[in-house]
Amino acid sequence: MAGKGHTSVWPGLVALAIATGYLIALLGAEKQNLIIMLLAVGIVAVIAAAWLGLFENVSASFVEHEDALGVCAIGAAGAVAAVFHDNHFVLLLVITVLLYSVATLGLNVQFGYAGVLNFAGASFFGIGAYTSAVLNTYTAVPHLLVLLIGGMLAAFAGSLLLLPVLRTRGHYAAVVTIAFALLFKTFLEVNDVLGGPQGMQVKGMRILGWSFNDNIEIGKISLSFYMNYFVLSLLLLAGAFVLVRRLERSWIGLNLDALRLDETAAGCFGLDIVRWKITAFLIGNFLIGIAGALFGMVGGFVAPNNYTFADSLILVSILLLGGIGNPWGLMVATIIVVVVPEKLQTIQEYRFLLYALMVIAVLLFRPEGLLPRPVRRYFPGWRP
Amino acid sequence: MDAGLLAQYVMNGLMLGMMYALVAVGFTLFFGVLDVIKFSHGDVLTVGAFTALATYAGMRMLGVNSNLLDLIVMLVTATLAMAFLGVVIARYLVMPLRSAPALNTLLITLMLGTVLRESVRLFYPQGANPKPFPALLPRTSIDIGDFNLRFDNVLMLTAGVLVIIGIQYLLNRTKLGLAIRAVAQDEETARTMGINFTAIVLVTFALGSGLAAFAGVMNGLYYNEINFGIGLYLGVVGFSAAIIGGLGSIYGAILGGFLFAGLQTIGTVMLPFASAYKDVFAFAVVIAIMAWRPTGLIREKISERV
Repeated sequence: MAGKGHTSVWPGLVALAIATGYLIALLGAEKQNLIIMLLAVGIVAVIAAAWLGLFENVSASFVEHEDALGVCAIGAAGAVAAVFHDNHFVLLLVITVLLYSVATLGLNVQFGYAGVLNFAGASFFGIGAYTSAVLNTYTAVPHLLVLLIGGMLAAFAGSLLLLPVLRTRGHYAAVVTIAFALLFKTFLEVNDVLGGPQGMQVKGMRILGWSFNDNIEIGKISLSFYMNYFVLSLLLLAGAFVLVRRLERSWIGLNLDALRLDETAAGCFGLDIVRWKITAFLIGNFLIGIAGALFGMVGGFVAPNNYTFADSLILVSILLLGGIGNPWGLMVATIIVVVVPEKLQTIQEYRFLLYALMVIAVLLFRPEGLLPRPVRRYFPGWRP
Repeated sequence: MDAGLLAQYVMNGLMLGMMYALVAVGFTLFFGVLDVIKFSHGDVLTVGAFTALATYAGMRMLGVNSNLLDLIVMLVTATLAMAFLGVVIARYLVMPLRSAPALNTLLITLMLGTVLRESVRLFYPQGANPKPFPALLPRTSIDIGDFNLRFDNVLMLTAGVLVIIGIQYLLNRTKLGLAIRAVAQDEETARTMGINFTAIVLVTFALGSGLAAFAGVMNGLYYNEINFGIGLYLGVVGFSAAIIGGLGSIYGAILGGFLFAGLQTIGTVMLPFASAYKDVFAFAVVIAIMAWRPTGLIREKISERV
């Protein structure tokens, strides 16, 4: 099929359906033996499919029919939520996946497109969450606006780091954000106004009198209150995804790519390096901040320990696992990183160990990530 | 503030600075030969400290009760074991990734750090709890006014200075040091001059990791307690120190280490009402220094090839 210039939508659709079914099975499985078996089957299936070359058709199909498959993916997420409509825990897990995806999309704009390192992703996420904690507790700002303010404050905090971020490169740039991540966590811990190490409660979301923290009753079916947050998170993710995709395809994305691949050459062609780096860094932080603000309200609680350097590393490793620059890959990686440790409760103690070993294995054997970014398509239907 | 208290702060600052500097020198050495950041360095330090502790337990079981002998055996075992670990890490994790982007190396060593840390927590007997570290150095102290000069601190500082001088001598006065510097300067030319590149890289990693073990034992002796998390913090601080000093320069690393400790001490002294903010202050200054000198205080010599 490849090389003909046209791929049908079916490989993508089938892959999506299988993935959704698998995810539902995994999320629903309670017995540890079953979970471990499912995971083993999943790993074997992925390796076998990769060996048979099935993924090429799937990714070609995703490239060709992205809009249709995107709508189907939203449907798939809806299906997952519908199956677990009264299960608080699973829904919370799904929401976590959605919001982490938004955050990593932000990181993707920064690192995947513009090449600006950010090792403080969790800190900017935390800025969003603390914003919603403070604003919901002390003010009557409408809660949707709080999300926006959370994003803006995260972008503002990022702008404080702009000067060192712009001037440094490579490892030197890494230390700026690492230092910020440590600074932020220590600051939260010693600061009494923001609750210190104990953190703060966050009031749930309320839009026009509709409280998000009440369970929903429709006729005889009762839905978990997390359903509210699920819908909002899904909308947020869809919006962020479209934004990032459009950005990537536009001339701005082209500029960012040029900037990442060769700064000097890009500068020689008259691209304003500083301007585009700032743009990417702030857009990325904005997305991370919004996701954080909503996550704060979902969890109902914020504490410094949730926004440590280690959490930032988890975000970065999602980016690397998924394949830098590929939003679809990011979502797959987020599902793996968030869901697998939660489901493996028996090996609770060993899960960080296994998780770290897994990332090492991926980096050694598939350093470009699970789903590497395809070559940019300059014209519709164009193939490299 | 009286002189005695000030001297106490200076002494504490020097001790911290010495540990940071030892860790930072490791980072700089690795960066010099391979242009990589090995982030598991801090956790190698943890493993080194725990190896020393296990050796101590072993020695006591064998019925050796001499503090001095214990300490020497502990230091030698920990240093050698960590040197070996460093070689293994370099050979099987860092060198295979040489052609990959720098971020991959950074991440793989970070993850390795997690593996080491978690392994200590899970597999060392009661590794999740802080462990008392034996006080093996003489505990005598002299009071000078308000200043309590502890003999063990003086010994540790002297030992640290000697180690740094030793490294300095090794790098600048021996053939091995010449080879390390040659590899750091230009890998290809060094190879054509008949230097065994792989061997030199492995030796450098052994050297740096041995230093980490030494710093780990020093940390244990200073605080009389170790836990599985010490390496994470010391690693990040050591990395920041190496960076603000300027990567690839051993003086830069030492300067950075003492500077960071100095900043923390200043943070404690200047903000007595909020000494908890000392780390916030220190890291904020690190960020400011990066804005001011983007390649560290002692600038790395970069020639950009277009």
